[in-house]
Amino acid sequence: MTSGYHSGFIAHFSRDVLLHYRRRSDLARPLVFFIITSTLVPLGVVPEPATLATLAPGIIWIIALLATLLSIENLFAEDWQDGTLEQMLISPNLLVMPILGKVAAHWLMVGLPLTLISPLIAMMLYLPAEGLLPMLLSLALGTAALSLVGAVGAALTLPLQQGGMLLALLVMPLYTPILIFGSATVQSAIDGLVWSGTLATLTAVLALAIALCPLAIIGALRLSSEY
Amino acid sequence: MSAEPIITVESLAFERNHRLLLAPTDFSLETGEALHIQGSNGSGKTTLFRLLMGLLQPTQGEISFRGQSIAQCRHSYLSELLFVGHRAAIKETLTVEENLRWLSPNPLSPEQVRAALSQVELDNYADIPCRQLSAGQRRRVALARLINSKVKLWYLDEPLAALDKQGIAVVEQCMQSHLQVGGSIIFSSHQDLAQTATRNYNLTAEGSARD
Repeated sequence: MTSGYHSGFIAHFSRDVLLHYRRRSDLARPLVFFIITSTLVPLGVVPEPATLATLAPGIIWIIALLATLLSIENLFAEDWQDGTLEQMLISPNLLVMPILGKVAAHWLMVGLPLTLISPLIAMMLYLPAEGLLPMLLSLALGTAALSLVGAVGAALTLPLQQGGMLLALLVMPLYTPILIFGSATVQSAIDGLVWSGTLATLTAVLALAIALCPLAIIGALRLSSEY
Repeated sequence: MSAEPIITVESLAFERNHRLLLAPTDFSLETGEALHIQGSNGSGKTTLFRLLMGLLQPTQGEISFRGQSIAQCRHSYLSELLFVGHRAAIKETLTVEENLRWLSPNPLSPEQVRAALSQVELDNYADIPCRQLSAGQRRRVALARLINSKVKLWYLDEPLAALDKQGIAVVEQCMQSHLQVGGSIIFSSHQDLAQTATRNYNLTAEGSARD
């Protein structure tokens, strides 16, 4: 069944990328949210470069986190409504690879664009140049972990109408360590400290999420599919 | 052919929030047989299918596949299973061909896709997104899966809904050839099939009675 595992990942990944691509306007939403909110910070707080530079790592990370959270809510909603989820659950193969494929597609279409556009936001917020590389790396790894953890919440709140509030409450406690290590990576680089330690911790969180989240997602989907 | 039924259902019932969604049900399905589940709206047809596929855990009773409980032989059971339900897993933004390829458990050659689409009379729609299709045409896309299917067991929940006369004839033809090669079908429908020999099973709200 090894080929089954493999093709499960590829099949779900490529199909979800295609589905996301066919709905490009939905894709733009987290990006637009990211850009607009961070544009508002200098206007709402203070346009002073020194102050903005201190706030920048935290602000970029918080907004990236919220943008991921907003987009993860509907990860399984369509599959649930149109019966795809039923078909997935009655497939004889393990669901781990299909689920990872779906989350990977979500990261590719949300987390990666957020990461790639972050230098623009960083410039606007006067983030010191030393922080740029750690920011890119921590966002790339961190948004993947955010997608995985968020997917657990999305699967759990699937049968609820307006489950968004509950989803936020459920995943926020799990998001905090990712946020702390993510923004700490950027901050310590700016302060001239060694930042590989916090980045390694973030990578460890991601590895843990890859191993555990699919199991939690499958359990949650089975529960949700009973309704 | 073995004498053992492929599916046996014994006093299967399902209850949720003190409401009986499926009254105790017993039946068996032999190889090469089509079982027609009948019953009024709300008599538990869809619940029965969900129980049969292991998506719901029965409150009581047991489902066996070739004499073994389905919980014990999950992989071999699900490998032999194809289900087309109300919600047919059709993606609106994908084209007819993409949907068909995606829904098929085994990779399809271009010829197989073309043959399947021409059989359900959707040849000219291969590149059309499914959102532009009518309800009946979508059903045809979902049922086109049956044509290249290699599995033994078909579960069809209301396969004839929204189909026109020709569409029904196509589905019947598929079902007949599936039965001829030793496949088995459980399907629910509010209408009888014209040409296919089926055994009927009635679900009633109070309890089930065999015809």
